[in-house]
Amino acid sequence: MPNIRIPTPLRVYVGGQSEVSTQGSTVEEALVDLVRQYPSLRPHLFNGDASLRPFVNLFVNEENIRELQGLNTPITESDRLMIIPSIAGGGS
Amino acid sequence: MSYDLSHEEILRYSRHLLIPEVGLEGQRKLLQSSVLVIGTGGLGSPVALYLAAAGVGRIGLVDYDVVDFSNLQRQVIHGMEGLGELKVESARRRMLDLNPDIQVDVYNEPFTSDNAMRIAAEYDVIIDGTDNFPTRYLTNDVCVFLGKPNVYGSIFRFDGQVSVFDARRGPCYRCLFPEPPPPGLVPSCAEGGVLGVLPGTIGTLQATEALKLLLGIGEPLIGRLLLYNALDMSFEFVRLRKNPKCKICGPEPEVTDLIDYEAFCGVPGHDHEEGSAGVDWDITASELAQRLQAGNHIRLVDVREPHELEISRLPGATLIPLGQMAARLSELDSAEEIVLFCKAGTRSARALELLLSAGFRKVKNLKGGINAWAREVDPSLPIY
Repeated sequence: MPNIRIPTPLRVYVGGQSEVSTQGSTVEEALVDLVRQYPSLRPHLFNGDASLRPFVNLFVNEENIRELQGLNTPITESDRLMIIPSIAGGGS
Repeated sequence: MSYDLSHEEILRYSRHLLIPEVGLEGQRKLLQSSVLVIGTGGLGSPVALYLAAAGVGRIGLVDYDVVDFSNLQRQVIHGMEGLGELKVESARRRMLDLNPDIQVDVYNEPFTSDNAMRIAAEYDVIIDGTDNFPTRYLTNDVCVFLGKPNVYGSIFRFDGQVSVFDARRGPCYRCLFPEPPPPGLVPSCAEGGVLGVLPGTIGTLQATEALKLLLGIGEPLIGRLLLYNALDMSFEFVRLRKNPKCKICGPEPEVTDLIDYEAFCGVPGHDHEEGSAGVDWDITASELAQRLQAGNHIRLVDVREPHELEISRLPGATLIPLGQMAARLSELDSAEEIVLFCKAGTRSARALELLLSAGFRKVKNLKGGINAWAREVDPSLPIY
């Protein structure tokens, strides 16, 4: 049951939680379970064809899944999956 | 090159001279170095103040905005006497008050593909303190082309990110974010808000990294991204690596010149609040007031967050926060005339797109939002 860390801009879609507990043994399974629990999050993570949106960065512990096995990267309960958002604010 | 510090300078910088990692030699380096600060807002304020205090010999400031009352909650380089003044001038005055021995160059213009290379070429380190995606991609690309370090900081509400992007020694901004998010997906600070002290935390970290780079000491944040959350008081790091498919710093670059960044990001290169859905879909506050007064039946839909109702509200409006709009379309009747509004018109313009794609046609966006209503129609409402 890996935990997924939800960044502030997406917390509005998960009832304000900073972390969500999910089921799954790969990054993809955990994400699918996440959007099953919180369907309004889906368009922020996935394209219509279920591929990951290109501006979504996922890190398992400290590593970008791009450097691992992408969505097939295995994860266990002790791993932490982080969604890292593009934010642009400078306090203007 | 030798540069002798005066007695006054020795006294001013004595706390630096006491640190072996800085010392006289390091202070000389700082006095002979230059930093360009892009944006003189929340992030730029602490950056510019601390670099000036540290004795960075030449500091460039790029901004074209003027100081607004709502800036003072976090943009601590400005003050009441600077209201309405150019930000770069207001900032320069404060920096020279802190340290009259440095040179402050001001560029009262937007940072664009036309002037960016020319301006940035003159500085050793570039600091990204902007408030929008187009200028962030532009800053990155300029730094890649010029081979300069880009000290990146970005904030949203309680979250901050810091890194040093230096394509010569590590990844660039595009390695991490190859493409910007679609317009409107990530709210700006003007729309989403920001804890006033957050840019202080992130900006001082950027200033720290800039000083380390200039002094050549410590471990710069190259190849690491710091993620800060003020609510959790958490500092987390992730590793960033060069992306072999990076379109600008990868082995087969596609981007070989500056591009049209506003077109690339689909948003303007500034974080101005006033939102518009385009002339065909906008209605001004005065027009709306006239139509309501004439007895037209118009369904007012407020797409703000519930806590914003405590600041101001329009009587009779239905609240459907933007985040819930897609799921609650069935509560609206496409046969009815609908006017959508938010604080300043940006979120409601997005809601309007949702309604249009769902087949609604009798729908308008209140241009400038409830703030415009407060200005034009009902001055008893506050502007926020």
